[in-house]
Amino acid sequence: MILTRAFWQPHRIVLAAIAIAIVVFCAVTLRWDWVPKYLPLAAQGLWRTIWILLTSVVLGLMLAIPLGLAQAVGPWFLAWPARAFCTVIRGTPLLLQLWLLYYGLGSLFPQIPWIRQSDLWPILRQAWPYGLLALTLSFAGYEGEVMRGAFKGVPKGQLEAAKAMGMPRFTTLRRIWLPQALHRVLPTLGGETVLQLKATPLVATITVVDIYAVASRVRQDTFLTYEPLLLLALVYMAVTAVIVVIFRWFERRVPTRVA
Amino acid sequence: MSGLVAATATLELLQLEPPGWGAPLLRGLASSMMIAFGAYGLGLLLGLCGAFGKLYGGPVLRDLMAVYTTVVRAVPELVLILILFYAGTDAVNQILLGLGYDRIQISGVAAGIGVLGVVQGAYATEVLRGAIQAVPAGQIEAARAMGMAPAMIARRVTLPLMLPNALPGLGNLWLNATKDTALLAVVGFAELTQTTRQAAGATKAYFTFFMAAGVLYLTISLISGWIFARMERRARRGMPEMRA
Repeated sequence: MILTRAFWQPHRIVLAAIAIAIVVFCAVTLRWDWVPKYLPLAAQGLWRTIWILLTSVVLGLMLAIPLGLAQAVGPWFLAWPARAFCTVIRGTPLLLQLWLLYYGLGSLFPQIPWIRQSDLWPILRQAWPYGLLALTLSFAGYEGEVMRGAFKGVPKGQLEAAKAMGMPRFTTLRRIWLPQALHRVLPTLGGETVLQLKATPLVATITVVDIYAVASRVRQDTFLTYEPLLLLALVYMAVTAVIVVIFRWFERRVPTRVA
Repeated sequence: MSGLVAATATLELLQLEPPGWGAPLLRGLASSMMIAFGAYGLGLLLGLCGAFGKLYGGPVLRDLMAVYTTVVRAVPELVLILILFYAGTDAVNQILLGLGYDRIQISGVAAGIGVLGVVQGAYATEVLRGAIQAVPAGQIEAARAMGMAPAMIARRVTLPLMLPNALPGLGNLWLNATKDTALLAVVGFAELTQTTRQAAGATKAYFTFFMAAGVLYLTISLISGWIFARMERRARRGMPEMRA
């Protein structure tokens, strides 16, 4: 869209010129000499941000499927806990959940001998498992609610047809129900992933060194206020743009048939 | 399990009197709610201006609004809070110095309301724009044909008719506003989450305090959800039943 002639109306050329002028002004007047020094650290931080984002989205989605299914068609002893989980996750701030897991579990685990002696202890002593767990549970809570609607939205006739064909229930779920439900959430999934990206900097508050934490460190080291933050905002915008493009491409690949 | 036993044994830490941390927690809740209310109000105002600007504004205004909503929705709130906090205080002080006044220290509450309000405004713009677009064009044309002034059309026709469409989105925004106040804990403002962390750190009763704060947040969420559901039912009265 950005390359078409219709996009470049006269006022847009003026706006673009002003934007470029602002960028040039920032590049000339602000201090950027710290960038080369912190580039390796920033690359590591960016990679950690993306890694946490991808892992929590994939794991959260896998958790969201049973959560949505339990709420949509489960018996009450499954539906109620699933609904309570989603309500609690969606009703409390992620920062609070993160700190509850990190400080709460983090102070509880060292008191339990068999956890301290287990092979997992070197991992559990670090901060990132708690960050990943909190982000995964949060994504599962929000997406579980979406999956509930998606499972319910699949036309009944599809499931009845599968039953009439003598399909076992699990095969029906695997081949008919789940693909169609996932197809329904695909348009919202891109937006949810962007929201999840915007939640990742919270892990910096529990000492995980993501890109946000790197920017904070630059600010502490160099006493600069704006430069690291502006660059950080630019990085997040770039990652958001990549996510949006990927999901747009993905959506176009999935065939839609409009009735 | 010993931790859970300890957690139930530390319940008296939540008492209101000084050895307990109940009073500071409630004060934190009060300032959280104050910021949420202020930010939500400011967000609605900005959102209303933004939505009308996006729908009826000139090409330049429309593009600027698009930049505003795109940037705010792509950058994490935490980063925006830091940028707007420093830039906002700097700008205010520059203006004051330019006018010949002294520098002032901007209070945490005012800064929090301003920053979260700008963030809320971007989301509110999109919610309200969608809701206004869903108002049947014939209604607005009829109002115009009656010779109503634009401000009166907005007040009597567009806004009341878009309300039922906007309320679900606005309800979500309010919940976001209450939860986003927790982010101010990162810049050290003493709202509920920050107070909770202080209390938990001082007493080592992490589960007790974080759970208690969670219950407070959850109560607010459930009550607001109920109120918004009632408001939506009222705004929809007399309209055909929605199909689920």
